[in-house]
Amino acid sequence: MNILLTISFSSIASGIHHWLVSTIPNELLAKSIEMVIVGICLLLFLVPLCFILGYMERKVAGFMQMRYGPNRVGPYGSLQIVADTVKLVMKEGLTPTGSDKFLFNLAPVIMVVTCMLVLAPIAFAKDFQIWDINIGVLYVSAISSLAVIGILMAGWSSYNKYSLLGAMRSGAQIVSYELSVGLSLISIVILTGSLKMSDIVMSQETGWWIIRGHIPVIISFVIFVIASTAEINRAPFDLAEAEQELTAGFHTEYAGMKFAMFLLAEYINLFIVSAIAATLFLGGWMPFHIGHWEAFNHIMDFVPSSLWFLGKTFFIIFIIMQFRWTFPRLRVDQLLTLEWKYLLPISMVNTILVTVMAIMGWHF
Amino acid sequence: MFLTEYFRTVYKGVRSLLTGMKTTGYYFTHARKEIKTEEYPDNRATLTMFDRFKGEVVMPHDENNEHRCTGCQACEIACPNGTIKIITKQEPQPDGKKKKAIDTFVYHLELCTMCNLCVVACPSDAIKMAQTFEHSVYDKKQLKKVLNKPGSKIMEGVE
Ligand code: SF4
Ligand code: SF4
Repeated sequence: MNILLTISFSSIASGIHHWLVSTIPNELLAKSIEMVIVGICLLLFLVPLCFILGYMERKVAGFMQMRYGPNRVGPYGSLQIVADTVKLVMKEGLTPTGSDKFLFNLAPVIMVVTCMLVLAPIAFAKDFQIWDINIGVLYVSAISSLAVIGILMAGWSSYNKYSLLGAMRSGAQIVSYELSVGLSLISIVILTGSLKMSDIVMSQETGWWIIRGHIPVIISFVIFVIASTAEINRAPFDLAEAEQELTAGFHTEYAGMKFAMFLLAEYINLFIVSAIAATLFLGGWMPFHIGHWEAFNHIMDFVPSSLWFLGKTFFIIFIIMQFRWTFPRLRVDQLLTLEWKYLLPISMVNTILVTVMAIMGWHF
Repeated sequence: MFLTEYFRTVYKGVRSLLTGMKTTGYYFTHARKEIKTEEYPDNRATLTMFDRFKGEVVMPHDENNEHRCTGCQACEIACPNGTIKIITKQEPQPDGKKKKAIDTFVYHLELCTMCNLCVVACPSDAIKMAQTFEHSVYDKKQLKKVLNKPGSKIMEGVE
């Protein structure tokens, strides 16, 4: 029991690191091997994660629409997603004539690569982080805005009017909603005084920001969830793919594995957004702590930190999925009205509130 | 003035969104009770169709093999796509006179749109809609049905 409690991801990671450094004399080689291992681990984590999210989305959708969702393949339909993957792999990856072949094939890769990059500074568990860069929050918001390049590239190179329209829409959408996302991230940065992910998590040791920062932080949490739903192009902000209007938007022309990569990117993005919301507002891997109640805090520490992180992340993923299956899609003008007339002014005022609160020390 | 209007819009928007989420949240948490899906081939034995459902036109016969059809052909005229074909015959009565009666009631299931017009048109309630729906067959000819059973005759007292 004691051994089980002391073994954590971080000790495994540092153990592997020391072993590699001691067996391989060349430091560069050891570092490269480490990077490859990290990449493989990431893939081994992400692909099952996307399976789980895909299955979860269908079940949530089914239950919310009074249906069963998938229930034929495997127990409770849990192998449905495997069948779908096999289908996608078997399909021909068509490149349309007239398309810009290089960009067309590059776009899905860019989508996946950008969202893999954003995963780097996310803390999955206590002391378990790929890269604890000191500008973590800035890095996340900078890299995640690169995703729009992938979308525009896909839309532009497809040589298809639907794709182009979808891509242009998503350009306008992501550029506008980034502002609100940034401002709501800033409110936590103001309170923490650091951009580093590990500092942000550690600052919530006496209580998560959403509790300690009360009203202003709750407002910025809500704005963050809304705006980031828009940023990852999920319904009700899925104008970029709007099935009924644009067939499938920017990925109309994609099939087979290239389409699967877009799907993968969509689910990884969903995970990232939820993970960031969980880290900044709900304390990341930090267990539920109340002030200085030592006994209570100590009991909470018995739940592994990775479980806390995944639990919070999946809670937010569920909320974003519920958005998708509850709300009707916005029109383009409504979409921009929501951002420029409501979310942005509110988050600006809210930033001032948070600043005043941080200076006066009105938070707990 | 502007500000109150602004905040009222925000309030109304948030409230209606939350109402929506409450509804879907209820469906999600009460899935076992709320799910309306009929798992058809699995629940074939217990499946009951609702009253409104129309599956095919049938002619009910009682235990003496008697039906209520007088052969008036009102249904044939009412049918918009020629689904019904009625072949009549002259039946001798005990008093020596002859009376028009039905010989064959031909019903082409493959043409029927289940519009119910024939049932409404029938003056003597001789036909009705059944709720069967497993109609698929390998040969189109099997869809042509004769609704009056062999040897059946009209019920006493139906004019
Ligand atoms: S239901 Fe309509 S289409 Fe079918 S037989 Fe009667 S009148 Fe004709
Ligand atoms: S089914 Fe009714 S309408 Fe049709 S011929 Fe018989 S009695 Fe007349």
